Amino acid sequence: MATTAEHFQAHADDHHADHDHKPAFFARWFMSTNHKDIGTLYLIFAIFAGIVGGAISGIMRLELAHPGIQYLGAVAEFLTGKPVEMNSALHLWNVLITAHGLIMVFFLVMPAIIGGFGNWFVPIMIGAPDMAFPRMNNISFWLTVAGFVSLMLSAFVPGDAAGNGAGIGWTAYAPLSTYGSNGPATDFAIFALHLAGAASIMGAINFITTIFNMRAPGMTLHRMPLFVWSVLVTAFLLLLALPVLAAAITMLITDRNFGTTFFDPSGGGDPVLFQHLFWFFGHPEVYIMILPAFGIISQIVSTFSKKPVFGYLGMAYAMVAIGVVGFVVWAHHMYTTGMSVNTKLYFTLATMVIAVPTGIKIFSWIATMWGGSIEFRSPMVWAIGFIFLFVVGGVTGVYLANGGIDDVVHDSYFVVAHFHYVLSLGAVTALFAGFYYWFPKMSGRWHSEALSYLHFAVFFVGVNMIFFPQHFLGLNGMPRRYPDYAPAFEHWNTVSTDGYMVMAASLVIWFANIIYAFTMGKKAEGNYWGEGATTLEWTLSSPPPFHQFEQVPTIEDNDHH
Amino acid sequence: MNFGQTARAAGHAIKAIGLTLALFAAAQPASAQDTATASEAAAAATEQAAPAAEPAVAAAPAAAAIDPNDPHFKVAPGGYTPMKPTAGKGMPIDGGIDIQDQYSPNGRQALGLHNVLVYIMFAIAALVLVLLLYVMIRFNKRANPVPSKTSHNTLLEVIWTGVPILILIGISVPSVKLISAQYKPAPEKALTVKATGNQWFWTYSYPDNGGIEVISNMLPDEDAVKNGEPPQLAVDNRMVIPVGEPIRMQTIGADVIHSFAVPSLWFKLDAVPGRINEKVLTVTEPGVYYGQCSELCGARHGYMPIVVEALPRDKFNAWVIAQGGKIDGAPDAPAVATAPAAPAAPATGA
Repeated sequence: MATTAEHFQAHADDHHADHDHKPAFFARWFMSTNHKDIGTLYLIFAIFAGIVGGAISGIMRLELAHPGIQYLGAVAEFLTGKPVEMNSALHLWNVLITAHGLIMVFFLVMPAIIGGFGNWFVPIMIGAPDMAFPRMNNISFWLTVAGFVSLMLSAFVPGDAAGNGAGIGWTAYAPLSTYGSNGPATDFAIFALHLAGAASIMGAINFITTIFNMRAPGMTLHRMPLFVWSVLVTAFLLLLALPVLAAAITMLITDRNFGTTFFDPSGGGDPVLFQHLFWFFGHPEVYIMILPAFGIISQIVSTFSKKPVFGYLGMAYAMVAIGVVGFVVWAHHMYTTGMSVNTKLYFTLATMVIAVPTGIKIFSWIATMWGGSIEFRSPMVWAIGFIFLFVVGGVTGVYLANGGIDDVVHDSYFVVAHFHYVLSLGAVTALFAGFYYWFPKMSGRWHSEALSYLHFAVFFVGVNMIFFPQHFLGLNGMPRRYPDYAPAFEHWNTVSTDGYMVMAASLVIWFANIIYAFTMGKKAEGNYWGEGATTLEWTLSSPPPFHQFEQVPTIEDNDHH
Repeated sequence: MNFGQTARAAGHAIKAIGLTLALFAAAQPASAQDTATASEAAAAATEQAAPAAEPAVAAAPAAAAIDPNDPHFKVAPGGYTPMKPTAGKGMPIDGGIDIQDQYSPNGRQALGLHNVLVYIMFAIAALVLVLLLYVMIRFNKRANPVPSKTSHNTLLEVIWTGVPILILIGISVPSVKLISAQYKPAPEKALTVKATGNQWFWTYSYPDNGGIEVISNMLPDEDAVKNGEPPQLAVDNRMVIPVGEPIRMQTIGADVIHSFAVPSLWFKLDAVPGRINEKVLTVTEPGVYYGQCSELCGARHGYMPIVVEALPRDKFNAWVIAQGGKIDGAPDAPAVATAPAAPAAPATGA
């Protein structure tokens, strides 16, 4: 994107010694109003939460490696400090699956992809000096942290008769989450969702306001980089979906504590109502996690193919279409609740429609590469990996969309495999792609490209080993959320657990790479990816000045996206 | 809610997106369909309240007309002994990678669609993989040093929008047919079995068989192995049904939500407190079919398996009598004693 920003920045740099003074440590990191610092905080927080959530999945995979209950009792004893009964060990399993789901969704993927990369690069990409509401940005971050703390606390207070922690699943279906779990742990977990939800709503308001009002002259909506488009659509999804979640879980709280019966049939309520409300939020939520990933991949594919994104408008409006249709397909998560035939027919057909805009995106990425001059730098390798893994997760989505087919695989490991392919292998792969794409920009130092390739190779093998066999387990009939299983399921569970070890090794490589960058990494230039990198962040130094665009850049008319 | 209206509205919507053909298959069963809702729950509740009422009405003319040779009332001699499962039938296969073999008509139909979808999934993933590999080889920096600047091609964009739509329409036709087949209600005289999900066991009620009730708990692994059954899946008392007859299968939750699921019958229906869900279940071959609770329901969610044992009618009748029940469609209790089909009085008792 041709701009005149370079001149302005060069000019600004001269004076930085004078007035680019950063606040002192505490004020800078705990009272931050700078979008880049807040983005960094979000990324650090997400990595920390990811380690916790990943460690939990490690315990789960270890337990599932072989039939029988081997480790849960020991873990429960470790957590409570006294010998426990079998039921407590089994309750712990439910606490683990609940925490894993909530952490990965609300405290890893969302903070990293929207809070982290969104905060860092949306203002820069549209030529804005900061977000529209810097202080609200700060409270968004700290509310997310508070939510995480609340969720962690829930693990140490009574959940129900069987032990500590909320064992309600990340979906918190009533009545298991109301009269099915008596202790305060569930209230803490619900409150964690309230806090994270409020944080995300404020973040969404901030992004929408920023993108609508703070674009540099000439940066029309149809010239915005696709990552900005993706965050804009995501922000609208957050704004419309999260209040519904807030309402639903508030009703849970009042059902639990104040004697209402929204979801209790003995008072005229309906448990299935909760599922409708939850999934009205929950389905857009999966697009909230994947749309910014689409945006990141679009930037990367275009940069390293040295070509503008193919079918820019189609790409932008495909995301809008995914967002809109994503709001009217929620009940495909509820095919077995006993819905009427017409409802099931509608949700089957509507769900399949989503494959069309998703297909447009996949083919447009390939068309962007077509005729390009592709450089296989580390972000591009991750991006190509993303495209393939996302397609695998996408086709099983079309399979699951069929209400009649879903009857056999619903709530089985096939579903677990499906949504980990689009999230764990999709969104997380895109996060790593974005990480290697922007890390030198954010830190000013180079990671090791060699370690990045190695990280990719090991991660790719590991996650496929974990999750591809889970398709087999689901088809063969293994239900999800089971700590134990029939011996027939052992083979593929063992493979899956081995895959976890491989994936964990890849993360060690990643951490080594970060340490390498901060200790031995070369200094990065402003535009270290070269001619293909055309968005505004590449006109700035690496890292960008504490306050960028003190004079607003002008975007010329002859640009490409 | 007016189901006819909803059905018609849905019909119009589907037509609008060009599924006229599929509609013919779907609309008839759709409008006739009576699904699990308040009205049905009410009907079922009545049935529950007075299990004897319905057979009594039906039996008034039938009582006199019971045909001793009617196979429906035949009772196999020798009472009931639990059937031995066949290895690999109705249970997960060791290291299996595909759907279990299907033993219900709906399951067979669904399996057909499943197989087609698996091919489509592989084809699409392979297509994308081939395209990716091609561009990686043909358009890498060395092979193609100067990038083109093409960023639009309307024909191409129309094609990759249109072709997926056609594929999806192709999928939706059998998919809609499958759903409408699954929702075909059980015939009026079908045997009703109600599965109640409890923390953490199942109860099976037979309102048409004198209201007998079976409490089904998981067997410890050692006992399962001793019985020649798969560990984690075996139960002490099975849900026994007659083979080849459509069963009116109802589910309800007693405390939290559970889900009644049997993979080899392509059957999964949530057991929700406060509502009775209903679906027809037909098993085509005698056998033992294993399933597991499929909705998170608390600490022992993983320990409330489901076992469906499908028996020929006469053996099923023997089981009913062993449980102290009466054969469905037969006159009420006093009459059973005189019925020629029940010589071995319910001596075995419950």
